[in-house]
Amino acid sequence: MAESAFKNMKSLPSSHLLGTGTPMCAGCGGLEALHEIYDILGEKTVFVNAAGCMTLLSVYPFTPFRGGWLYTAMASAPAGAQGVRDALDILRAKGRISADEDMQVVVLTGDGSAYGMGLSATSGAMERDLDFLYICYDNEGYGNTGQQASGATPHAARTATSKGPQGYPGFKKSLFDIWAAHRPAYVATVIGAEPLDLARKIEKAKSMKGPRMIIALSPCPTGWDFDPRETATIGKLAVKSGVWPLKEYMDGQVVHTKVPRERIAVEEYLKTQGRFRHLFEPERNEALLAEIQARVDHYWENVGP
Amino acid sequence: MNRQLLTGNGAAAWGARLAEADYIPAFPITPQTEIIETLAAWCDRDEMDARMVTLESEHSMITAAAAAAATGVRVFSATSSQGLLYGMEMLYTVSGWRAPFVLVNVSRGLASPITLEPDHNDILAARDSGFLQIHCATCQEVLDSTLMAYRLAEDARVRLPVIVNLDGFYLSFTREPVALPEQELVRQFLPPFDTQGQQFRASSPESQAVAVLGGGPYSYFRYETHLAAQQALTVYDEIAAEFNTLFGREHGALEAYRCNDAEYCFVMMGSFATKAKAAVDRLREAGWPVGLVRPRLLRPLPVDALRKALCGKRAVAVIDQNLSMGMGGVLHSEVAMALYGQVEAPLLVSFVGGLGGRDIAANEFYEMAKVLREAAEQGKSPPPRLLYTQNELREVRKLQAIAQVERAELKEGKGNG
Repeated sequence: MAESAFKNMKSLPSSHLLGTGTPMCAGCGGLEALHEIYDILGEKTVFVNAAGCMTLLSVYPFTPFRGGWLYTAMASAPAGAQGVRDALDILRAKGRISADEDMQVVVLTGDGSAYGMGLSATSGAMERDLDFLYICYDNEGYGNTGQQASGATPHAARTATSKGPQGYPGFKKSLFDIWAAHRPAYVATVIGAEPLDLARKIEKAKSMKGPRMIIALSPCPTGWDFDPRETATIGKLAVKSGVWPLKEYMDGQVVHTKVPRERIAVEEYLKTQGRFRHLFEPERNEALLAEIQARVDHYWENVGP
Repeated sequence: MNRQLLTGNGAAAWGARLAEADYIPAFPITPQTEIIETLAAWCDRDEMDARMVTLESEHSMITAAAAAAATGVRVFSATSSQGLLYGMEMLYTVSGWRAPFVLVNVSRGLASPITLEPDHNDILAARDSGFLQIHCATCQEVLDSTLMAYRLAEDARVRLPVIVNLDGFYLSFTREPVALPEQELVRQFLPPFDTQGQQFRASSPESQAVAVLGGGPYSYFRYETHLAAQQALTVYDEIAAEFNTLFGREHGALEAYRCNDAEYCFVMMGSFATKAKAAVDRLREAGWPVGLVRPRLLRPLPVDALRKALCGKRAVAVIDQNLSMGMGGVLHSEVAMALYGQVEAPLLVSFVGGLGGRDIAANEFYEMAKVLREAAEQGKSPPPRLLYTQNELREVRKLQAIAQVERAELKEGKGNG
């Protein structure tokens, strides 16, 4: 792998390709990540979208993208990518388009599609070694419909469908591991609040062939209940507390790209968000807080230096 | 011209091959699988310059098919029954993309109970999806209709996906002599795929299938699709005339068999209509003035042709191989809609038969003709009827008796343990 063009924050792209004025919420962590990703991927891209918040990026007759866009349905964006990729390959092979007309095919879905309804189509695309990039903006719930619990919702979070004192009873599953088990070309976690780490990973993914899978944790002011200006701060806390490990999978190996030297307590992250307020008020739920901390500690115990 | 004994499935595969489809997203399902196996073998042997990919579901298959068509290649796909229904969300979705491609459906009854044998409830579930529908009665028609479907789908005045329908088993696995047209002649009829600007290219940014806000733009685009589907009637007639000139075979939007001087008519779709045709011939020999009307297009519905063929008849039997629970035969309601309020509209009698592969026997056609004559004499239609014999009921009663005995024995702990 060639050395990264992104040595430090100053070397990140100063151009901003994605248009402004979209209907995303103020402080959308998914849009933050998409801005950073798009600056690196560039204009020669077709975004194939599944039902979710970002479906509203392209509302007739406007779009913030400078390349292509295709909305499909909630379950089958990777299959849409398959059709576009195969068609472009056929057109190239039959000499009907030149190489410079080719485009990168990028699937863009939320966690509702990625962790649930679209998982079968994603698995199929990886089996077939589809040459595409998948970007999941993970706001840990069905955000576009008002933050009901999804397969990505963390334990104990309050959602529109889990408002009891214990919050959501299930556990966020590891989409990273599920994806990596398919042995695709590349899997990485990113977050908009760590733009340098994100840029290096997208740069790497862009240079590769085959399935390249990106999960961007996307702090969601409306769904997680925090002030929009806190998006970047909360993103950094997610990394520093060890809740959102930044890592990548390649050639059968998982490498952590940013290991927090001294992890801060998970509650420093939790207490910034209304969705975890019931863990602190009216009184601290020590048992549940300890359980969440223990789970994060356990994860990092198994991570090498 | 090359003539071969082909199954309906083989004829469908030949249609895709002669149309020089570029891309074939596939998923196996009985009784369609022979189509994709045939195409896969040709692709493997380089006898066909197409890329085939097996998706993990029909939902994904339809998505990939339409996405490839929207990128600018000619696409063929095939499915059946449960598969068509599994992909139903995407049928409705991709017709609005206005990306033309051809999907063959091999009709098979729907669960529950699960079965492999044919009727038309699967294809009729796609009636309002925005896909146009051509229904075939013979293997030759399957091949010819596939070629015509591409012309229709890709026409600038239409730009809609088309389903070519054939009945499972009765047509899919029945060998008939099929004339294979010369490739050069097919190229004359069907020019290379023209994207008409609908494509993804680096030099020409394009957003497709975007959302709308509000009923105003939504209604506009939905109605525009409806108008395009209606326009397909005129376009189809042009294409059928050209096809007839080039290949010498006539495939109208509607087939009217011995109808001109008929007082009574059967109305049916698909391969079972060939049974009706044989019955018409026998009845004619016995002096009965009977004819057959077989719509080949269901969407768009050839309303004027139906009126022209049926008005002035004394009575008409619509034979539905489908059942809309709580309503009855779907084709019956479509024909009634077309004829309502027309001068000299005939009496309509509804029959439901041929469900799940159940045969319709010659003497049942004779019986239906008798019912039509009685209806005309009395000036009144009898209630809808299911074609079902005493014998069939007795067979089901036997199965029920066995089931009851087994259950009773299990309860008493006798069983076979």
